Amino acid sequence: MSGTAARDASDRDPGLQPERTRLAWRRTTLACTVTAVLAVKATLHNGLSATGIFVCALCCGLWLAFLLISHHRIRTLAATSSPQALTPRHAAAGALLTLALAVCGAALVL
Amino acid sequence: MARTVAGSTDSGPLRGPGRVLDVIGFARNVRLWFAPQEIRQEGGTPDYRFSLANERTFLAWLRTALALIGGGFAVDQFLPDLRWGWRVGLALALLAAGVLCSLRAVNHWVRCERAMRRGEDLPVSRFPALLSLAVAVVAVAMVVVVLVGWEG
Repeated sequence: MSGTAARDASDRDPGLQPERTRLAWRRTTLACTVTAVLAVKATLHNGLSATGIFVCALCCGLWLAFLLISHHRIRTLAATSSPQALTPRHAAAGALLTLALAVCGAALVL
Repeated sequence: MARTVAGSTDSGPLRGPGRVLDVIGFARNVRLWFAPQEIRQEGGTPDYRFSLANERTFLAWLRTALALIGGGFAVDQFLPDLRWGWRVGLALALLAAGVLCSLRAVNHWVRCERAMRRGEDLPVSRFPALLSLAVAVVAVAMVVVVLVGWEG
């Protein structure tokens, strides 16, 4: 038990880069949550309509997808002490989910 | 090897015809977003700490985009006394800024990652300046609109 702890201590990056990146993903997920909550509030504010509920459900789905990719990345970061770089596909997925959220926002505003 | 030469045009000078090259470079980068194996073929893998720092910068830009989108929702909901045109105009401007910001985030991330693999200088960008100008314009417009709305 103490052997594992000693090895972890020597492998540990003094700059805590993986931890900081993990927390950055958490913060981004929180920002996404706030945006999704505002989207739900917008739907309720505008009065319930079939389109509104559909777009609202879409926003919740996008939030869930963002949560999943963020969780996937956090687990990858935690798995090893010198993790692999983010893949372009993963980065593009994050950006496209944000973009889709904005499109849903435009649909709700109009 | 031909790819390397063709890909290096988008980090060149950006004056006059550079804008056209910028668009072409962006289109070329879009292909890279979905082809991770292509980026791995170039240069050597940098220290993982640099890649993680690049990833955190990307996430910070993504949060900025999410904040702009949230701002669009907020304008629509928390300024109900405004005229429809102004309210929707401001909300759509903020949402569009959010879209641009998220696209730029992933594009800049790809360019930085590629520059690090090739050992080149990191790409420069005028986007932060443009975004701060746009946010300032929207903020001033909001102040004016709210004040005029109160008087009328």
